[in-house]
Amino acid sequence: MSRIGVFVCHCGLNIAKTVRVSELVEFARTLPDVVVAEEYKFMCSTPGQELIQNDIKKYKLDRVIVAACSPLMHEKTFRKVIAATGLNQYLLTIVNVREQTSWVTSDIEVGTAKGKALINGAVYRARLLSPLVSRVIDVNPDIVVVGGGIAGIQAALELADTGKQVYLVEKSPTIGGHMAQFDKTFPTLDCSACILTPKMDAVLQHKNIKMMTYCEVTEVKGYVGNFDIIVKQKARYVDHDKCNACLACTEKCPGKGVSEWDEGLAKKKAISIPFPQAVPQKPVIDRDSCTFFLKGKCRLCEKVCEQKAIDFEQQDTFVNIKAGAIIVATGYDLMDTKPLVQYGYGKLPGVYSALEVERLFNSAGPTGGKVTLRDGSEPKSIAILHCIGSRDKNNHEHCSRVCCMYSLKFAHLFKEKTSADVYQFYIDMRAAGKGYEEFYNRIIEEDVKFIRGKGARITESKEEPGRLVVEAEDTITTKFINLPVDMVVLSPAIVPRADAKDVQRMFNLSSDKHGFFMERHPKLAPLSTMTEGVFIAGVCQGPKDIPDTVAQALGAAAEVLTIVSKDKMELEATTAIVNPAVCCGCQNCVRVCPYGAPSFNEQKNVCEINEALCKGCGQCAAACPTSAIIARHFTNEQVLAEIEGLMEY
Amino acid sequence: MEFEPKILGIACNWCTYTGADLAGTTRLKYPQNLRVVRVMCSSRINPSFIFRAFQLGADGVLVGGCHPGDCHYNTGNLYARRRLAVTKKILDFAGLEPSRFRVEWISASEGNKFAEVVKEFTEHVQILGPQTKFKIAGVS
Repeated sequence: MSRIGVFVCHCGLNIAKTVRVSELVEFARTLPDVVVAEEYKFMCSTPGQELIQNDIKKYKLDRVIVAACSPLMHEKTFRKVIAATGLNQYLLTIVNVREQTSWVTSDIEVGTAKGKALINGAVYRARLLSPLVSRVIDVNPDIVVVGGGIAGIQAALELADTGKQVYLVEKSPTIGGHMAQFDKTFPTLDCSACILTPKMDAVLQHKNIKMMTYCEVTEVKGYVGNFDIIVKQKARYVDHDKCNACLACTEKCPGKGVSEWDEGLAKKKAISIPFPQAVPQKPVIDRDSCTFFLKGKCRLCEKVCEQKAIDFEQQDTFVNIKAGAIIVATGYDLMDTKPLVQYGYGKLPGVYSALEVERLFNSAGPTGGKVTLRDGSEPKSIAILHCIGSRDKNNHEHCSRVCCMYSLKFAHLFKEKTSADVYQFYIDMRAAGKGYEEFYNRIIEEDVKFIRGKGARITESKEEPGRLVVEAEDTITTKFINLPVDMVVLSPAIVPRADAKDVQRMFNLSSDKHGFFMERHPKLAPLSTMTEGVFIAGVCQGPKDIPDTVAQALGAAAEVLTIVSKDKMELEATTAIVNPAVCCGCQNCVRVCPYGAPSFNEQKNVCEINEALCKGCGQCAAACPTSAIIARHFTNEQVLAEIEGLMEY
Repeated sequence: MEFEPKILGIACNWCTYTGADLAGTTRLKYPQNLRVVRVMCSSRINPSFIFRAFQLGADGVLVGGCHPGDCHYNTGNLYARRRLAVTKKILDFAGLEPSRFRVEWISASEGNKFAEVVKEFTEHVQILGPQTKFKIAGVS
C-alpha cells in the first residue's frame, strides 16, 4: 500500500483555463492509495512548495504526484522539494497537464478528461516506484572551450581567472574569430581590435589557458564531470616550440594562396600568419599553395629559419584531454549568396558581401582601410541591401539580428572614408539594443538615404557599362526604383557553420530548425544543452551581437563553475542493473550498448553493467530476452502500469 | 457521436517529448486522444509495451524518437527502428491493421510536426474505428 499525494497546479490560468483543476483534484481523491489531493495557483512558488512539504509530513506520504508543467521544466525543482522532507527524490511523478494538455486544446471538457487519464497513469506508475540513490562521482576540474572567437576567449579568460585549467580549442591558425576581421563595432564605433587584441594576448599569456590553435575536436566521450576529448592538432609544418616568431620565412616565401582572413580579397603567403595581430604570432604552412608541397622543390623557408623550426615531415597529432565541462562557442558562417543569382554575387565585381566590406574598412585589410572597388577606384554611390537570404521564407526565415546595425555602421564608415552617396534598402529597421536607436537616428542625420524596400535584383547597367542597377520597390511611395550605383553590399543571412551538424553530433547537442544549437530551455536554461556538462555561447546558438555574445560567454563560464568548482557531483540514479538469477548470458546487452557499460562475466555466465558508464537510455532492457535487465525508474512494470492507467480512462 | 479513439504515445525524452512540449509552448492545437508515456530513448521501448496497450484497449499506438543519426544515445533509435519494424510485422501477422501502429522521428524543434502527426494519426485511427482484435474482455 502506498500513500500518494496528488498536487495539481493551476499555473495561473495556463492550466486552469482549459482544465478544470478542482475536478482533477476530486477525481484524484477517488483513486486507490491517494490519501490527499490538493490544488494551488502556482505549485512551484514558495507557498506551493510548502503545501507539498507540509502534506508529506502531515499525511506521511511516500509518493508524490505533481500535475503541472512538463517534467523537463520543473522535475528537478519538485525533486528538491520532496527531498527536503527526507522523501527519496525518485518517488516523484510529474504529470504534464500544461505543455501536453491545457496548452494544446481549447476545449475544457477534453482537457479535463485527458488530465484525469494522465493522473490515473501517474498513480499506477507511482505505486511501483522505488527509492534510488544518486551516484556520486569525482569531477575533473579542467574545462574545454571549443571556438576561439570572442565568446570562447571571454569564457576561457573568465574561467582561467578563477584558477581553473582551460583548454581553448580553435580550428584556424589564430584565435579572434570574426570579431578580429572587423574594423569598428556598432553602435559606439569603437575599434574592434582595441577591444579584442588585448584579450587575445591575455589568452596567450594566461598561465591557466592552454591555447590550441589549428586544432579540432575529433571525439568526445564520457559524461559530465568526466569528459574524454580527443583533439587533433593539424600539421602546421612549423614546430611552434622552436619558432621564435621572427617571420623571416614569410618574407621569403614565393607561394601565393588565398587569404581566408581577407575573405578572398587578398593573397597570402603559403607560410604565413593570418593577420599581423594574430595570436599566436607563429606561422603555418598552407599545403595547397606551398611550392614545395606542390612541386617538390623550394624549401626557402627552411633555409632562412635560424631556429630550424620548419618541419615538412610533420603529421597531424592527437591529444587526449580530460575535462569536467565543455563550452561550445563555434560561431557562424555568412550565407553563401552565390545561389541567389538575382544579386549577381560572384559574377558582378561591384557586388560585395558584408564580411568583405569589413575587411575593406580594416586598416590591416587588403586595401589598408581604403574603400576601393576591385579596379582600385573609389565608389561614388553605394547601395547596402539588408536581409539577403534572411527573413525570407524561401531561404532562412530567421532575422539575423545584427545586419541592420552593421549596415548603419557601414553607411557611417562609407561616409567617413568616401564622398559616396549611400543608400540603405531595408525591410524594417531593427535597432533594438542599448544605444541602437540613437545610432540609427545619428546615421539618418548623416545624409544616408533610406529606402524601405528589399533589393530585388542587381543588374549591370546598360547605359554605363561597369555600373550596377539596384531594382527594388519603395514600399512607402509604392514606386519601382532602378537605382544606378557603383557598389552593392549584401547583408547575408547569418547561418550555422558548415560543419555545425558534425559538431552537434560530436557533443550530442540538439539543433533548432535553422540548425543553430538548441538551448535546454530558452529562459530557464538558455546556455545549457540536452547534454549535462556541455554549454553553448555566442552565435552558434543563434544570431546575436557582440554584447550579447560576451554576456552569454560569461554566463556559460558561471554555469561551468557550478560543476567544476566541486570535487564531487551527483549523477542520475536511473541506470540499468542485471538480475543475475534471470540472465541467460546471451550478451544482447553487450552488443547494443553504445557506451560499453555491460560486459560478460564468463565465470558466472552472466552479464554485468558498469554503472559508471551507463547513461540510462534503457535499450539493454528492451534487448534483454529474459527481462533480466532492470532499467531503473523505467522498469517494464512501471511503464506497463502507466500504460494501464492511461488506457483506463 | 463521433468515435473518440484512445491513442497511446511513447516518446523519447530528448526529441519527441521535447518536441511535444514545444507544440504546447507555441500553443498549437491537436486532438487530445493521445496520452504520452515518456521514456529516455525510443530504444527503451519493449514491444510488449505496444502489445499490452492494444490489449488494454488502445485504438492506436504512436512511437516518437529522434531522427536516425541524431539519437541522444548515439545509436539507440537505430536499434529501435529495427525492433519496431518487427513489432509492426508481428501486429500485422496477428491480424491487427498495422497502420494502427506508427513510428515517427520528431526532433525537439519540430513542435509543428508533432502536432501534425498527432492530428493526422488520430484522424486515421478514427476512420479505422475501434480496435477489437487485441482488446481483452472486460477492459473499459
